[in-house]
Amino acid sequence: MAKNPIIRLEDIHKVYTLGLTQVHALRGITLTIERGEYVAIMGPSGSGKSTLMNIMGCLDVPTKGRYFLNGHDVSQLNDDALARIRNKEIGFVFQTFNLLPRATALHNVELPLIYNGLPGSRRRGKARLALEKVGLGDRMHHKPNELSGGQRQRVAIARALVNDPSIILADEPTGNLDSKTGEEIMEILDHLHAQGNTIILVTHEDFIARHAHKIIYLRDGKIEDIEEMSRSVEEKP
Amino acid sequence: MVFWARVMEYLRFAWDALLANKIRAFLTTLGILIGVAAIIFIFTLIQAINRYVEGEFANLGSTTVYVSKFPWVITGNYFELRNRPPITIREYRALERYATYPRWMTPVFESMRTIEYRSKTLESVYVVGCNAQYTETHNTETELGRWFTASEVRSARPVCIIGQSVKEELFGKENPIGKRIKINGLPYKVIGVLEKKGSFFGFNMDNQTIIPYTTFRGYTFNRRSITIALKVENPDDLEPMKDEIRGILRQVRKLSPRESDNFAINQQDMLTDFYRKLTGTSFLVVIIIATISLVVGGIGIMNIMLVSVTERTREIGIRKAVGATRRQIMFHFITESLAISLVGGVLGVMVGVLAAQVPLSYMHLESGVTVGTVLIGFFFAAAVGFISGLYPAYKAARLNPIDALRYE
Repeated sequence: MAKNPIIRLEDIHKVYTLGLTQVHALRGITLTIERGEYVAIMGPSGSGKSTLMNIMGCLDVPTKGRYFLNGHDVSQLNDDALARIRNKEIGFVFQTFNLLPRATALHNVELPLIYNGLPGSRRRGKARLALEKVGLGDRMHHKPNELSGGQRQRVAIARALVNDPSIILADEPTGNLDSKTGEEIMEILDHLHAQGNTIILVTHEDFIARHAHKIIYLRDGKIEDIEEMSRSVEEKP
Repeated sequence: MVFWARVMEYLRFAWDALLANKIRAFLTTLGILIGVAAIIFIFTLIQAINRYVEGEFANLGSTTVYVSKFPWVITGNYFELRNRPPITIREYRALERYATYPRWMTPVFESMRTIEYRSKTLESVYVVGCNAQYTETHNTETELGRWFTASEVRSARPVCIIGQSVKEELFGKENPIGKRIKINGLPYKVIGVLEKKGSFFGFNMDNQTIIPYTTFRGYTFNRRSITIALKVENPDDLEPMKDEIRGILRQVRKLSPRESDNFAINQQDMLTDFYRKLTGTSFLVVIIIATISLVVGGIGIMNIMLVSVTERTREIGIRKAVGATRRQIMFHFITESLAISLVGGVLGVMVGVLAAQVPLSYMHLESGVTVGTVLIGFFFAAAVGFISGLYPAYKAARLNPIDALRYE
């Protein structure tokens, strides 16, 4: 089980300095996530789940501790090295979608490939494929303001997928959607997991977290509890 | 290929920015537009004038010197110059007798006269009195008929050679050769027509008539100063000739060694030198104005680029999140800044070239827009765009992706 973890966090601390006060956002997180896992991170606001998400997404580096992504220590890399890792290893899905407003769905999905330097024709091919996977094959040339919230989030998922990342990080992916659309988005994530993708979900809603197979509860920058779930989620009381 | 994929994205980024803020971009680039237009304007103008002037000065001939009372380019005390004795036929005769270097020489009497032919009258025609060697000293030819001969000069035959304008005004389509005209009331026979000369600094060179100086009224006791043109065959003889005529003239005028020359020996290169100084000065002034304008324009671009970075903070966050490096973010904004300034550059080149047509058409000069001129305009615009884009781009590149993504 522990021979090839995709993420290994060893005693991760994160301290922010806000003016004169120091905020201890993470106080020693040790955690392993295996390839193909479907993990939810839960916790009240201020519990450090966003900070943990940022560190796992290589948007930030820990103050102390070591982070191994795919076996490589990424805890003290510089800005550009982190950018390249985000590009190749991580797919983000945000609560607010974070699409480029003036770009078409296709162009938004192409974006990671552009920075990767993939030439035009291959790039468009991959982006089309990703959009078809999320069921937006017929909306490729629409701009975000011409799409519904659910469709926008699906574009964002296609963008997260397009570079075949090691992990997909979804930060409150249904937070801005009504429950029915949210459920559709979760179905897509479930489906992606079924295809072998590693998915990490950050949420504060229990019924969303129940889609995952492991729930990590954070409180005050520490792991409070890890709940492993059986495969048959629906049978739980 | 890899490089190209990103370049297209940089261009798209800049294009989006321009499209989204057309008026803002235009106003921002106005400074660049004015600066580039000023540079292009003066370049186009000076090049056109240069070509023209160098052609005109070439006609004066580099192997000819012109002895006259005033130097062509007056730098000293004008009143001292005014009190100089005039150059007269006396000096010409002395030079004719003693000078050995000149191959050709002629006195040049000048005056504005009235010419009549039958019922037609032409006021203010430039009349030149000279000898038969004028064709050599002044590089001029007849287009029709012939020049007067040395013996016609010696015997003071009343013959004349008219310019193209005089011919058209007085004779129209009629053949003027052999016709009789009156110059200030005295009868002359037309024996030739000058080739077309065009205008020289707005002065119509075709509105002239040339007569033997011996028929120039009162030439022997004329108090008005004349010019003596002397030409050598071999350019190496030019400096010895100048020394020689200077010696002869000082002797004729009985100048003591302590007195300075009270005559001028003029040469074509004096004019070209003077002209170069003149254009050099105006060039400098315009370059200074253009530089100020470009600097102000550059500050404007930097300012608006800082606004653009703030406006696109969230977009920068998205791009960084999906893997754009600092350098790539920098390129995005430098491309945008270059695009804004190049719009100004392109418009500036057009405005500059068009604006130069106004004085050029007024001076009847042909405009020569060269590739070099256009490139200079683009170069300045691009340089300003690049430099003023650097700091905003650097600022954008250093944004923290987490903060940028959270930016509202």
